[in-house]
Amino acid sequence: MPEKYRSHLIRQISQHAHSEIIGMQPEGNWITRAPTLRAKMVLIAKVQDEAGHGLYLYSATETLGVTRSKLIEQLQVGKAKYSNIFNYPTLTWADIGAIGWLVDGAAIVNQQSLRKTSYGPYSRAMIRICKEESFHQRQGYEIMSKMANGTPEQQEMAQDALNRWWWPSLMMFGPHDSDSAHSSIAMKWKIKRNTNDELRQIFVDRTVKQADLIGLEIPDDNLKWNPKNKHYDFGDINWDEFWEVIKGNGFCNKERMSNHINSHKEGKWVREAALAYANKNQNGNKNE
Amino acid sequence: MQIKIRTEIKMSKNKMPLWEVFIQPKTGVQFQHAGSLHASDKEMALQNARDLYTRRQEGTCIWVVKAEHIVSSNSEDREPFFDPADDKVYRYPTFFKVSKKAKGL
Repeated sequence: MPEKYRSHLIRQISQHAHSEIIGMQPEGNWITRAPTLRAKMVLIAKVQDEAGHGLYLYSATETLGVTRSKLIEQLQVGKAKYSNIFNYPTLTWADIGAIGWLVDGAAIVNQQSLRKTSYGPYSRAMIRICKEESFHQRQGYEIMSKMANGTPEQQEMAQDALNRWWWPSLMMFGPHDSDSAHSSIAMKWKIKRNTNDELRQIFVDRTVKQADLIGLEIPDDNLKWNPKNKHYDFGDINWDEFWEVIKGNGFCNKERMSNHINSHKEGKWVREAALAYANKNQNGNKNE
Repeated sequence: MQIKIRTEIKMSKNKMPLWEVFIQPKTGVQFQHAGSLHASDKEMALQNARDLYTRRQEGTCIWVVKAEHIVSSNSEDREPFFDPADDKVYRYPTFFKVSKKAKGL
């Protein structure tokens, strides 16, 4: 395997894995405050799925000859990135709806495309993840449609969540094709199968109709159906905000990372105890 | 013959070993590779495999095996390795010319 192809894959798949794991935090934030037992059970299952998706992807990355501990270290020292979207806070229950509908919706568009990626273990992880993600998006849309059809306060919360999450969701697809550092070589090697702008357009076209259906308004004055190319035109993305958040100046960058580091530290004695137990049994031939 | 271990990463005593997970989707069908995970021993490996790969009733039985115990042929050497099967077209039924009048063959 060519070295550049390998290192590109390690960077991309591990970033994807880190995103799944860090993405558990904004949603985990609402597990204890879910409005009903049903909503709570569903949210727990969803966050557990995100953990699973992170693990599928870490395993896929490890097939390229890098260790799990190295990957985690790269995340914690800031050498590896995760999706910018998870540096935004989840202020109300409607944000849980918006994340499932918009953030998972955007992730699905990207991941559906990646099912055809050229590296087998990554492709297989994507196929599995896509099957599981569709429940995530439906649960988010269900929350949003309930709130959008609820009391005036609930309607306001739903619209407010859409207003705050819409533009960061569009940024999830990354810079425009003309400005994307990694995109063209990844297309050439068939790691990526569609460009950032192509994927973003698919997401916009899908989501505008879903918003209409539940009576929410996309916060973009320039959003307009273009009958010539049969797509929605949309306004300019604030890339300054995107780069600021990537640089570490988002609302939650520090909190996300310190939670990850603390939880990894707190689990250290458990990992050590489990290994000590396994080694002891192995030496006594009881467990092998 | 050159063989290689599934993973080039040597497992030390201080690292969680890597396990490969195989799932039997239904009773009676063959086990399929599902992916891998880290666990300290076989009990943890089985439980983690259940939680990671069968959250939606994907299986009726699970095998876990330490990745370091899997021996793999080298896919880069596939041509010479599988060469013995190359010139044995008589292993396929289409090799034999039989009268169309002969039924049930």
